[in-house]
Amino acid sequence: MSAATASIAQTAQATAADDNKLLRVEDLVMYFRTTKGEVQAVDHVDFDLHYNEAVVILGESGCGKTSLAKAILRLLPKNVGTYTGRVLLEGQDTMTLTDEEFREQIRWVKMSMVPQAAMNSLNPVLKVGDQVSEPMIVHHQVKKQEALAQARKMFDHVGVPGDFMNRYAFELSGGMRQRVALAMALVTAPSLVVLDEPTSALDVLTQANIFNTLKRIKQELEISFILITHDIATSSELADRVVVMYAGEIVEVGDSASVFVEPLHPYSRKLLASVPRLRANQDPDFIAGQPPSLLDPPTGCRFAERCPSRFEKCAETPPTIKRGRVQVKCWLHA
Amino acid sequence: MTTDAKEPVQEMTQPPVASAPVSGNGALLSIQGLHVWYELRRFGFGHAGYVKAVDNVSFDLTHGEAVAIVGESGCGKSTLMKTILGLVKPTKGDVVFEGTNIAGLAAKQLRWYRSQVGYVQQDPYGALAPFMTVERILGEPMVINGIKAKSDRQVRMQRVMEEVKMMPIEDFIQKYPHMLSGGQQQRMVIARAMVLNPKMVVADEPVSMLDASVRVEILRLLRSLQASHNLAVMYITHDLSTVRYFSERIFVMYAGKLVEKCKVDDLLRNPLHPYTDALLAASPDPDPHNLHVFKEVPPGEPPNLIKPPPGCRFHPRCRHMIKDLCDVEEPPEYQPEERHSVACWLYR
Repeated sequence: MSAATASIAQTAQATAADDNKLLRVEDLVMYFRTTKGEVQAVDHVDFDLHYNEAVVILGESGCGKTSLAKAILRLLPKNVGTYTGRVLLEGQDTMTLTDEEFREQIRWVKMSMVPQAAMNSLNPVLKVGDQVSEPMIVHHQVKKQEALAQARKMFDHVGVPGDFMNRYAFELSGGMRQRVALAMALVTAPSLVVLDEPTSALDVLTQANIFNTLKRIKQELEISFILITHDIATSSELADRVVVMYAGEIVEVGDSASVFVEPLHPYSRKLLASVPRLRANQDPDFIAGQPPSLLDPPTGCRFAERCPSRFEKCAETPPTIKRGRVQVKCWLHA
Repeated sequence: MTTDAKEPVQEMTQPPVASAPVSGNGALLSIQGLHVWYELRRFGFGHAGYVKAVDNVSFDLTHGEAVAIVGESGCGKSTLMKTILGLVKPTKGDVVFEGTNIAGLAAKQLRWYRSQVGYVQQDPYGALAPFMTVERILGEPMVINGIKAKSDRQVRMQRVMEEVKMMPIEDFIQKYPHMLSGGQQQRMVIARAMVLNPKMVVADEPVSMLDASVRVEILRLLRSLQASHNLAVMYITHDLSTVRYFSERIFVMYAGKLVEKCKVDDLLRNPLHPYTDALLAASPDPDPHNLHVFKEVPPGEPPNLIKPPPGCRFHPRCRHMIKDLCDVEEPPEYQPEERHSVACWLYR
């Protein structure tokens, strides 16, 4: 555990020194080239993440939330056209690094990811223990024995019995495989883990179990999470702060106590109203219409076409307004 | 039910025989003592036991009634659905639709039944043939079921497209599935299920692949069709939070058995079975308070259906387990409240 403990201690020191900001994303842009033109998947996005904080990125499918995560981790598809902006991790601008430097210094060292449908992304012909220890061998150049010991520690943290180390992925249930994928992201003791739809394919009880585990890990290892999901109800289990994305842009950022209770942007309001609730007696609402095409998004506010409180101003691009602990991109609050 | 449980050894070795047709009791669909066991083979031919996917399930569904079946993956809800659709033959027990036992029907006779029962699939894109236009997708079931005149087919197509609110019809009729959004694709699947005027629709997780903002729209559409056509609907889901907007009754399924049957409101107000209780507790609402609490989740995982635990199948995970009762004898169905039955020894 020595490597991991040391890194946690470093993290704690950095917390004091670095103004509590683990990650700063400034003006991040990622466009895809297609035969029909450029798809503006991530369009001038700014947000930041504090140490030991979990932020959830909410939005409909196709709003660019997975693209944003990939842009932060620099896991770029081949057809990326424009990729600009600044991504500051612990004060270091990762965008200036070469791909090789990024791989050596950042990916899986400081940030790691649990991909979508992670439980099906495990290698079927490797024992899960070997698979989980592999990032340690590659990134921290430790001996295999040491890596396996670290993997076993991580299995403990995520709630997988130690003797599962010698099993193959197909011998595990969906929930256990998801935990193994999580252990693989945690094994190198990164300070930031990106979780892309971590429980969307799992059952209700398993889902509750995984979120219990994530909460515990967040406390024990002081890790920060970026959680990407369209499951709003479940995201409230982990999120300290909420980022709402619509059509490639961030429309609202705020702490979960404000955004889940009283969202400011009309889109966030509609999105929250569309969640069926078990315990409150209110009929859910739906959002009429379709999100705009990201090939040629409308000028002005991108939500205007579907917005119930649209007015003349909305034809212009709305400014980002700060309201207490919430930032909202809407003319209503200007 | 209890007699079955007393002879577990015999139950494992003797394949049951499908029984003769029986007449229904006025209900649209009546399921009686349904068992669906998949036989396991060793080396291709040796017998190696059964996967008891559905084990002694009984219920009735009347005309125009909406019922939800809730359970985790692997609990047998899909097998139950497939048996009701006539895609899987039951090992034992009856599926009686309007007085006819469909378990004994030959393939040809099943065609009549399939025109009476619509099926809304989980993944709309996978369920629609990518090389067919909307017109052909809607037309095919009518051609197969002998609606020969083209004008008849067009009238029906027009009507069903109006019902699923895909108007004007000319905008869609020549399109291929990939040209439609996820919500529109699911509307198409519903339109196809409705085009033969069925008496019952089986919807298998119809909204789980859709975005939250579209889900409610599709559920409302199904609900309005159910009301306007006096349609019986079986809604199969793992998401408890959508159930209350949709159905009157709910069945909770665990490891091949229905453990609780009641009205949705009663279930939310007073869940009786410990498993139902756990499911409800684990289903979150968007609430910032969730951040500060850990959820109580029963330990372990659903049992292996090849060799389910003796007695109550939930007992290894249950915190109210009564020793020498729950782990020995299977609980019968009790009815502590009116129209609220539960298979649990706590209510003996």
